[in-house]
Amino acid sequence: MATKKAAKTAKTAMDCVKIARDAKRPHVWDFINGICDDFEELHGDRLVNDDAGMVAGFGTVTGGGAEYKVLVLGHHKGASVEENMASNFGMVNPDGYRKAMRLAKLAERFRNPIVTFVDTPGAYPGREAEERGQAEAIAKSLEFFAGLRTPVVVVVTGEGGSGGALAIAVGDKVLMMENAVYSVISPEGCAGILWRDGAKAPEAAEALKITAPDLLRLGAIDEIVKEPAGGAHKNGRAAVAAVKKSVLAALKELVKLPPDELVERRYAKIRAYGNFYK
Amino acid sequence: MGWFEPKAEKPKIPPAKALWAICPKCKSHMDKAVWKKNNCICPKCNYHGRLSARERIAQVADEGTFAEVFREVSYSDHLKFHDATGDYKSKVEATIAKTGENESVVMGTCEIGGHKAMLGVMDFAFMGGSLGSGTGERIARACEQAIAERRPLVIFSASGGARMHEGILSLMQMAKTSAAIGRLKDAGLPYISVLTDPTTGGVSASYAMLGDINVTEPKALIGFAGRRVIENTIHQKLPDDFQSAEYLEKHGFIDKIVERAEMKAFIAKMLG
Repeated sequence: MATKKAAKTAKTAMDCVKIARDAKRPHVWDFINGICDDFEELHGDRLVNDDAGMVAGFGTVTGGGAEYKVLVLGHHKGASVEENMASNFGMVNPDGYRKAMRLAKLAERFRNPIVTFVDTPGAYPGREAEERGQAEAIAKSLEFFAGLRTPVVVVVTGEGGSGGALAIAVGDKVLMMENAVYSVISPEGCAGILWRDGAKAPEAAEALKITAPDLLRLGAIDEIVKEPAGGAHKNGRAAVAAVKKSVLAALKELVKLPPDELVERRYAKIRAYGNFYK
Repeated sequence: MGWFEPKAEKPKIPPAKALWAICPKCKSHMDKAVWKKNNCICPKCNYHGRLSARERIAQVADEGTFAEVFREVSYSDHLKFHDATGDYKSKVEATIAKTGENESVVMGTCEIGGHKAMLGVMDFAFMGGSLGSGTGERIARACEQAIAERRPLVIFSASGGARMHEGILSLMQMAKTSAAIGRLKDAGLPYISVLTDPTTGGVSASYAMLGDINVTEPKALIGFAGRRVIENTIHQKLPDDFQSAEYLEKHGFIDKIVERAEMKAFIAKMLG
């Protein structure tokens, strides 16, 4: 057992999960308003719906002597109970992923870089979601973003919940905020299956390796964005500013690459994911 | 009844499943030999039961043409993962001993009805057919070899989803396999995905749903989220045929439901 002081400062994986889910953490609109000058939200998948759980639109990011017209995509958890309900707490339906792809296709046509903000408990597990092809929508997103001929910068800001997160997290540069988490399954879900007891979530969180430093070590992300002392929920403005700085640096590097090279680099990066005996 | 009366011992009745084959869909009991002889298809309800990867390969590939590839690629316990019931390494080693396979997909080149193909078959008996780093690597390599040798790709899926014992890197296999499939299609090659019972979670949400042709077998379970998770979320009872092959066909995500006996001929026709 460590000393009392050490125990107090050492953050467990479950502590991170709690911080990542904190309602006071900056949400997608805080990032959009703090990073873009003139954001214009656009709606609908042109098929059946407009999913409020997925925000999409164009805006300008200015800084470091440069200006980028970008497409922003992000999970919308909502800042009030009404918003939470309307957006399913950021759990996206197939329509949301199809809206994201529709607008990403438009961004590609005009070489607009794409910035995505990832914060979702997971894709929505609902009846209509299944009937409209949740699995197909996620699968198609993965295939689509892997081959997209325009830069994609991903920021995991809160909860990176499994396939529902990954669907907008395939990109050229994957940034992750210091206290965000990103996992194949929620700690509660994993504990329920492998421990047969949802209350063992802290053990599952530890075993799954879902914190930013772990994911950097495993090669699943590219860079950690430091948060203000105590976490982003203590100083949202500073947290958003830090993310903006990292996004600008990523855009500066990526917009220089010709599309062919960009796509090759992205494929090589995705292709390298994994750890197996050979 | 007195305190010290000897208690009669319960007669030992072997569990029903030791004596009978029980159809998981309609629960009808039959002689195990009948189930096997009928190719693991229920004679009552036509549910197409699970086959091992080797059984499936024998039924699909032309005799003597299947040449396995990438067997050197296998699982790794890079997280030293352990849960309440033990560690991942012992579980997967036990699975290897039991099944004779060392990953959840068996990959190889073959001919199907005289047409050359790259064939991958998942085995649900291997860790629930879960998608691990080794599985993803075999599929990505298969796409690349298929492009190099101009072979169409055929994958039979059977999986509960991503292998959580491998943490985030199992999730990343969804991206890796989907990206590789995208390249195969860009190279002008067709991909036939056969979603067999069950195909769910991270596998349905990646390569299994990306077929140029998506086919399945009668009564197969195909979906993203689990039935219980959905019922607990929406507080409603779901219809009995929810997430069945027939339901998916009705909703437009499956090209055709093909009987097991017709599967090889169907694939050969698509490749021809």
